[in-house]
Amino acid sequence: MAGKTLYDKLWDDHLVKQRDDGSALIYIDRQLLHEVTSPQAFEGLRLAKRKPWRIDANLATPDHNVPTTDREKGIDGIVDPVSRIQVETLDKNCDEFGILEFKIKDLRQGIVHVIGPEQGATLPGMTIVCGDSHTSTHGAFGCLAHGIGTSEVEHVLATQCLVQQKMKNMLVKVNGELGKGVTGKDVVLAIIGKIGTAGGTGHAIEFGGQAIQNLSMEGRMTICNMAIEAGARVGMVAVDGTTIEYVKGRPFAPKGESWDAAVNYWRTLHSDVDAVFDKVVELDGADILPQVSWGTSPEMVADVTGNVPDPAKEEDPIKREGIERALKYMGLQPNQAITDIKLDRVFIGSCTNSRIEDLREAAAVVKGRKVSGSLKQAMVVPGSGLVKAQAEAEGLDQIFIEAGLEWRDPGCSMCLAMNADKLGEGEHCASTSNRNFEGRQGFGGRTHLVSPSMAAAAAISGHFVDVRELLN
Amino acid sequence: MRAFTQHKGLVAPMDRSNVDTDMIIPKQFLKSIKRTGFGPNLFDALRYLDEGKPDQDSSQRPLNPDFVLNQPRYKNASVLLARSNFGCGSSREHAPWALDDYGFRVIIAPSFADIFYNNCFKNGLLPIVLEEKIVDKLFREAEALEGYQLTVDLEAKTVITPTGESFGFEVDDFRRHCLLNGLDDIGVTLEDAELIKTYEDQRRQAAPWLFGAGQ
Repeated sequence: MAGKTLYDKLWDDHLVKQRDDGSALIYIDRQLLHEVTSPQAFEGLRLAKRKPWRIDANLATPDHNVPTTDREKGIDGIVDPVSRIQVETLDKNCDEFGILEFKIKDLRQGIVHVIGPEQGATLPGMTIVCGDSHTSTHGAFGCLAHGIGTSEVEHVLATQCLVQQKMKNMLVKVNGELGKGVTGKDVVLAIIGKIGTAGGTGHAIEFGGQAIQNLSMEGRMTICNMAIEAGARVGMVAVDGTTIEYVKGRPFAPKGESWDAAVNYWRTLHSDVDAVFDKVVELDGADILPQVSWGTSPEMVADVTGNVPDPAKEEDPIKREGIERALKYMGLQPNQAITDIKLDRVFIGSCTNSRIEDLREAAAVVKGRKVSGSLKQAMVVPGSGLVKAQAEAEGLDQIFIEAGLEWRDPGCSMCLAMNADKLGEGEHCASTSNRNFEGRQGFGGRTHLVSPSMAAAAAISGHFVDVRELLN
Repeated sequence: MRAFTQHKGLVAPMDRSNVDTDMIIPKQFLKSIKRTGFGPNLFDALRYLDEGKPDQDSSQRPLNPDFVLNQPRYKNASVLLARSNFGCGSSREHAPWALDDYGFRVIIAPSFADIFYNNCFKNGLLPIVLEEKIVDKLFREAEALEGYQLTVDLEAKTVITPTGESFGFEVDDFRRHCLLNGLDDIGVTLEDAELIKTYEDQRRQAAPWLFGAGQ
């Protein structure tokens, strides 16, 4: 019999009941809650007169709607009354049901996918869900983690379980070493460019290979975060020494004997050598260059040294039409050099790239340089209050401010523009976020997905440049 | 949940692949704490020429005449014919809420994004996967014939065209059972409450670090 994949192990360890019809009840160890996708779930519980099954499995924080300025004002600092009601509703629900919440003025507040790992509330081997598709982030810890809808948020609150169908296994292996200036973000954009936005649909992706093993936890989180952009709800990386070292000493992490027992279990969280995957894709790390998205889907990416594609050269009529539509929306010409794309704004932040390592990477590029006068704005939004404090302790805030970037308070911010941070119509933005869909960062806004160092380099130049030239 | 057994309705063909959930319902409308009222903002940026804002009377806004749902022949459509990877992007259940609130009961496409597909079933909305060449044929027929309707039978797992041509589709038994009977799946899961408790007790023994942390 073939060995088990990491996904098989996590599935088997959480299986409460396999039903005859092919569906299964899977136990959920951790649910993260935020203000946008939880209010209707709590309301559903109340209407059905149900209680949460296990309070201590939940952790909440407001992130999507929070302003990134004037945070000392707390909820009163939210100008939009509709946004304010949503954040107030989360507070009320958590208070009523006794759920631990890092409220807007708490130093530990931040983007859910940043604070889970930061607190050790994300531990290897867990099943983790959240009403947010980027929950795949937590798979970097050898977790089975995925986004769910609001009805499922309610289901998990009420039963601590989810009804699931087992997915297929997919391995994406990045061999060899990455070149200088090439980051986890470039790796995942290159993967999505290769397999497409539906390449992982129906699959749980495990990312492996030397290049992935060499990455820090931050880099692995960036990659798993965007598994959903390749169509896979679940992205995972096997547990190793890097994982365990990251978790050690965090507030929710086990201590003493419990720690030793946990580590013994965590060490088993990798695919067996004889495990069989339904689909395997391999890339050579050395072939990956800094990436820039040119279109309106995360699969529409190019090397920074490359060009915008020419739809006339695309034979598939549906793809050709997609490219034409994207170029029209993005205001780009076929065959235009990527480095000729001029920018209006730069956004460094989001659950993909707002951790301390991301900020260090961006600061290293802008240090001693100035933001281009042609830009309207360049902003840095740390992923949590603790990331912000750490960055300030390292002096990164001063490097950004001296270079002319704005230093903001933590939240989802311009990744999806639910708060006041957004693009104007027709504006081009170099963004470290995860989606370049039409209107994602503001009505008519044009998003280009890049790594933090590429965004920083673009901020200095006013257009895309190969960050490797600035690193010499 | 509202049950779904059979449905016959007007078909609107939306000829575009990778329709994402930001397109189905833009983020400015996610601030509501209700499940209803999203219909007027379904496909907001495609449907209207101006920028949509929450709490605005959409009936007074300028319509994009090129958008399929604004064509008079597709008024009151309840079956959406779509292209591959429909519903990709975020997990927002507001997307099926908006489609449902607008009046759609069925979406037919060659493929769907996983989370969106799952969310539909929780809301009495039936996503149907048909082969690309069949979807192509339905597109041609729906565009050629005004008033084109399809009949969907969940019990029999078939889609039937006006000429009586029938196409079978797959749907997993549990989802089909819940939808046919309008079942609340939390209620179904809680029938296994004892099993869940047993599992949980074992897990508490084996992995105590997963319990009570941070409290």
